[in-house]
Amino acid sequence: MSNRVEVRPAPAMATGVDTAQVAALSRGYWSTVAGRLGTDYVTIACGLVLIAIVSAAIFADLIAPADPYKTSIVRRLKPIGFANHPLGTDELGRDMLTRLIYGGRLSLFMGVLPVVNALIVGGILGMIAGFLGGRVNMAIMRVMDVFYAFPSVLLAIAISGALGAGVTNAIVSLTVVFIPPITRVTESVTTQVRNLDYVEAARASGAGTQTILRVHVLSNVLGPIFIYSTSLISVSIILASGLSFLGLGTEPPEPEWGLMLNTLRQSIYINPWVAALPGAVIFATSLCFNLLSDGLRTAMDVRL
Amino acid sequence: MNAMATGPAPLLAVTDLRKYFPITGGVLQRRVATVQAVDDISFTVGRGETLGIVGESGCGKSTTARLLVQLLKPDSGSIVFDGMLVGENGDISTRDLRRNVQMVFQDSYSSLNPRLPIEDTIAFGPSVHGVPVAQAKQRARDILAKVGLDPNQFIRRYPHELSGGQRQRINIARALALEPRLVVLDEPVSALDKSVEAQVLNLLVDLKSDLDLTYVFISHDLNVVQYLSDRVLVMYLGKAVEIGPVEAIYGRPQHPYTRALLSAMPSMDPDRRLEQAPITGDPPNPINPPSGCRFRTRCPHAEDVCARIEPRLAGAPEDGAHRIACHMLIAGSGHSAAPAQGA
Repeated sequence: MSNRVEVRPAPAMATGVDTAQVAALSRGYWSTVAGRLGTDYVTIACGLVLIAIVSAAIFADLIAPADPYKTSIVRRLKPIGFANHPLGTDELGRDMLTRLIYGGRLSLFMGVLPVVNALIVGGILGMIAGFLGGRVNMAIMRVMDVFYAFPSVLLAIAISGALGAGVTNAIVSLTVVFIPPITRVTESVTTQVRNLDYVEAARASGAGTQTILRVHVLSNVLGPIFIYSTSLISVSIILASGLSFLGLGTEPPEPEWGLMLNTLRQSIYINPWVAALPGAVIFATSLCFNLLSDGLRTAMDVRL
Repeated sequence: MNAMATGPAPLLAVTDLRKYFPITGGVLQRRVATVQAVDDISFTVGRGETLGIVGESGCGKSTTARLLVQLLKPDSGSIVFDGMLVGENGDISTRDLRRNVQMVFQDSYSSLNPRLPIEDTIAFGPSVHGVPVAQAKQRARDILAKVGLDPNQFIRRYPHELSGGQRQRINIARALALEPRLVVLDEPVSALDKSVEAQVLNLLVDLKSDLDLTYVFISHDLNVVQYLSDRVLVMYLGKAVEIGPVEAIYGRPQHPYTRALLSAMPSMDPDRRLEQAPITGDPPNPINPPSGCRFRTRCPHAEDVCARIEPRLAGAPEDGAHRIACHMLIAGSGHSAAPAQGA
């Protein structure tokens, strides 16, 4: 019988291979995610476009070719490619490229800030509702349902209208619009996580509710709601543009994509390409945010 | 409580443990029915002993496990751990109990946090109980080696990078990190394939002798229970129907349900091949269990008395440690097969 045992020189080699594989495998979670993102060219492209738009907005003072407020009666509504105005001019003769670059500041700000605010408030509410369940869940989720009863655009307009025009009020109203969906997503993810055995095991090892929420629930809930929130940024940019378009967000002569779309609306028959530019930028930005969030979701799914 | 009188005090004594789950319905969430998951179960587990709990799916095995580690609060009954009453008014706090009693779950995947490296998963329990982080991590490495995994290879890995057997070893390591005295194993090998199952079972046997552990081992696999247990508790529909030393249960099963279960075990002996299914049908719904003896609806020996009176656990004639809840064995119960009164 001992012969059988001896005919096995292979395991030593097999172990050697295994160790190499292990070294490759156990890079840690975030490096695995980064490795996956590295081969996803659509997501990389979207990321690069967004980085370009954001850095253009941040460094607008340095790269913008002209003054965004400088008007010119003689050079109104010039087409794309006009001398010194690569993207033409608007109805007051201001340089479109400059205004689009500067407009990114407010538009991105109004796209990101409400979502971040709503992520904090909705995330906390959703985790409480999902983890505690029962009556607390019922109370929080029914209040959210009340907000769900209104279409999001209408709700944003109603709150902005009641509070009055202005960037701050627009951000407040958009935050209120985004709290219910984020709360709902967080609640459903938390409810799933709460019923998994590792939360039970954590409780069985004597951990309190706060510790369990911090160590076990938060890490598993944050990924999905972070990705969902990324997809909301594009909605927020469009809603913010819509509010500005209606005169409830930013006010002229401030450059902002939605407001620019509104004021150029009257010129659509004179110079349609220039009039469509703010819309195109909004479209490109929101599309990139959406594709980026899709790519992140795929890369962050540990089970794949 | 007969068992308590004999020998030293048991590590765990469970008396009349009961857990009913309400089923609510309608808009007002009124209680419409009750699932009698665990109904007045009593047993003891001695120091260094392994108590096996067997039964069909849904008979309350896992609920019992969760009651033992206080993941569920019992409706009534008492749990005494090492002479200390467990519970809100007890002598030992739930927190202290959890340092002494740990549980290994069946589903090795969902019982590990996918976002935590193995090291953090194992070190979580000790650090919750105030062990400094560096020390907790060192303990995680030590225990990982004890369960047969090389700490250098595995400490930074994530659950999805491990096989089922490796994950279950991690689960065992996590339970042992708190240095418990009693480990409740809820079907720890049911989800593993046979070769890995044998490895994990041997690991459990080794760990038990190395660390002076006491096990409550829950399984529906009769071979596994026989291999590991010193004593066996057979459950049916939330009730204990038979309890006794493993040789007695497997060698001289008395309760008709136990006999049916054991005859369902595949045999290697061609002469003892199963001719017909020993037991048919599903267990009755625990929402409305049968009156009297709960097994009577599937029992070939059921008589009138079985529907009227619920049999209590009683010592077998030749062996007091082997106790059975069946009217056929209770003198003067009224069952035609019962021994005569005073016999």
